[in-house]
Amino acid sequence: MSINPILSALRRHKTGTVLIALQIALTLAIVCNALFIITTQFEQMGRPTGIDEHDLLMVETTQSGITAGTDADKATLDASIKADLAALRQLPDVMDAYETRSLPLSGGLWGLGIRMMPSGLYGSHTIYFHADEHTLATLGLRLMAGRNFRGDEIGQDDDSGVLQPAVIIVSQHLADNLFPRGDALGKPVYFTSATQPSTIVGIVERMQTSSTYDGTDNRTWDTTLMPMRLVTPTRSYVVRTRPGRLAAATQSVPKALYAQDPQRVIPDGAGGEDDGVRSFAQIRAEAYQGDRTLAMLMGVISIILLAVTGFGIAGLSSFWVGQRRRQIGVRRALGATRRNIVHYFLVENALISVTGVIIGILLTFEFNGWLMGQFELARLSPVYVLIGAVVLLLLSQGAALAPALRAARIAPVEAIRAS
Amino acid sequence: MLKYYLQLGLRSLRRNPALTALMVLAIAFGVASSMTTYTVFRAMSGDPIPWKSNQLFFPQIDAWGPEARRGGTEPRASLTYIDAISLMRDHRAQLQSALYPIAPAVHSADPTQKSRTAPGQAVYSEFFSMLDVPFLYGGGWTAADDEQHAGVAVISKGLNQRLFEGANSVGQSIQLDSHSYRVSGVLDDWHPQPKFYDLATTDAFGPADQVFLPFTTATDAQLATKNGFRCTQLPDSGYAAMLASSCVWIGYMVELDAPSQVTAYRSYLDSYAHAQQASGRFAWAPDNRLRDLPAWLDFWEVVPPQTKISFVVALCLLLVCMVNTVGLLLAKFLRRSGEIGVRRALGASRLAIAAQFGVEAGTIGLAGGVLGLLLTWLGVQVMRGSLPRQIAALAHINLLLLWQTLLLAVVATVIAGLYPIWRAMYVRPSLQLKQD
Repeated sequence: MSINPILSALRRHKTGTVLIALQIALTLAIVCNALFIITTQFEQMGRPTGIDEHDLLMVETTQSGITAGTDADKATLDASIKADLAALRQLPDVMDAYETRSLPLSGGLWGLGIRMMPSGLYGSHTIYFHADEHTLATLGLRLMAGRNFRGDEIGQDDDSGVLQPAVIIVSQHLADNLFPRGDALGKPVYFTSATQPSTIVGIVERMQTSSTYDGTDNRTWDTTLMPMRLVTPTRSYVVRTRPGRLAAATQSVPKALYAQDPQRVIPDGAGGEDDGVRSFAQIRAEAYQGDRTLAMLMGVISIILLAVTGFGIAGLSSFWVGQRRRQIGVRRALGATRRNIVHYFLVENALISVTGVIIGILLTFEFNGWLMGQFELARLSPVYVLIGAVVLLLLSQGAALAPALRAARIAPVEAIRAS
Repeated sequence: MLKYYLQLGLRSLRRNPALTALMVLAIAFGVASSMTTYTVFRAMSGDPIPWKSNQLFFPQIDAWGPEARRGGTEPRASLTYIDAISLMRDHRAQLQSALYPIAPAVHSADPTQKSRTAPGQAVYSEFFSMLDVPFLYGGGWTAADDEQHAGVAVISKGLNQRLFEGANSVGQSIQLDSHSYRVSGVLDDWHPQPKFYDLATTDAFGPADQVFLPFTTATDAQLATKNGFRCTQLPDSGYAAMLASSCVWIGYMVELDAPSQVTAYRSYLDSYAHAQQASGRFAWAPDNRLRDLPAWLDFWEVVPPQTKISFVVALCLLLVCMVNTVGLLLAKFLRRSGEIGVRRALGASRLAIAAQFGVEAGTIGLAGGVLGLLLTWLGVQVMRGSLPRQIAALAHINLLLLWQTLLLAVVATVIAGLYPIWRAMYVRPSLQLKQD
């Protein structure tokens, strides 16, 4: 069948044609970019932190009536931390525990510059976590090279002053960044303002920073474990529970901590503040909540868009069929088969939607370019555009099918019936 | 006449219910998605203190030098303790306050109540008048209290409810950490969003502050900042060393009512930095900033990109729905060319035709708006459940939003109807009558 008659028929209702093509183009541009945003978000959310995330609990607590001002204060705080940890490790629900400030994804960033010499420019940067000899076991971190901290290496940090522990454990990513030849183990580095070197004694496979913020400088995996207890009033305990005892531990751990110090503060999440007792699943969910909502919203909007476009095409197509009942009758009377009629409407629809898709592809990249400029989004991969184009062509054909079949049922006698 | 058009329109809409339903649904979904995302967007991008946002300024002093500037050009947003104290001492603005976020533990006299930390700020006395903070009881403390490092506090309505069951607690004492403070005032509901006074150190959206202490008293009590402590050179251990360090951690805001005052304050900042350079504390030329509140909110990008993307994509959805409606309305109106022809032949003016179809489009818009309201309500509920907690509280429906939703639906539909109406107006009556 020649497409010439279809083209000349389309010229007769330009506006409708242009509107459908425009709608397809806009829908393609939006759906492709939405799909791209959704997959980007899911990729982000799917990244493993490097720790064993099951049966992990974090409890934030503030000891009141004390600041880490004097050495006596520090000794008091250190003693109470040790007592808390001893109490926690004795709980039947608890396998292991240690004290720190943050976990991967738990929020807040504490970072330091790193240089190879005690002076000069800081070439690298790391996010650090307070840790002790129980940390690797509690978090289930995989040691790739070197050794764990020893109990006698654990120092104190009162959150002021220079950090320069004799030994540190770093992530593989940071080790490779600092020593690209792969010989990081045993090498000294200097943190911000440090005069004493810190020697890398262990390398763990992978450990994410405490924030989901993923800057362009790729620091998400550059992490360091400091062999230090955080001797400040506000601190967190990280607890690995026995398998299946996580729910029980969310009760028993705070209870044990209150038994140690009834005056302490463990936020209960009321009044819009953060909950002080969080399982790692909760920490992960909260960290990615914004991303998940965005992905969900993009999904819903895409579905609405596709539905509106699909039904819109179906509506206009059936209007056209109604408009041309007499012409269809004439064609049928002149010997056109039902197949021919269906074919006619599908080809007509295909012509419009292919035009729409071609314009849409251009719009898609325009829109992506604008998003990239405004929101630091990555460049759209052509795969999404291909998927989007195919989906829209199928949708458009599918939407035109019902009106086309209805057209095919028009009897030849319509040709002579008055409208 | 309007009533007649309304009847005509309704009859026409009933004639092909599928097409009508399609248009109403498209408008409803388009409007609902836009309004749902807009509730969050509006709340985040709103001016938290519209009546004086152009009089509030945030000075920045380059305490770190060219090498440590953000992005190579921007001095740090917060101040060192030394600079903040010097600016307070010079007192060159109409009103001013240095501030930093604190989180003291609040102990209740009732032993069964567990202690809690209360988010708050260490501020100067002028903070309250500068921000027009509303008081339920009492008021802020005096400048003399600032100077005497007095143990006074302003507490929030919520904290007053918890500690004193909502009674007037002015003059009573509260226990924060290990110190006791006399309540000088109780705030009325006050929770500006974004929390503009604290942007240099804390996230823009968070729980309302519950405790305000004099800055001088807070540093005496060695209260550490809760957030946003940044250094190039780490100080020695201890609070005194921290105060003397080049670490930045203090927010600062001033009120300047006239352009001349702004100019004067700018030159004051420059002369201050010059003096620091002359004394050898800064080894670089002054590079200060003095942004007003709108610029300051812009600078901090308080509206996260996710919110902006959602809003833009939702607007695009509305656009597609409108294109969709143009097509369907066109089909619907032109199908009745015969009817138009008859009416025109019987003497109806083009304007009358336009009015008739305008009313019909408006009816669809209104129906779409009503359904859109329902969907918006649903959307906002879902958003509240799925947004991060601090932001979820911002998503709420008020009367203004209801009107905006209805208005948007009607306006969008009528705009979408303009071209179809125009085509209907110019249907040639003779041609139609001849054909049928």
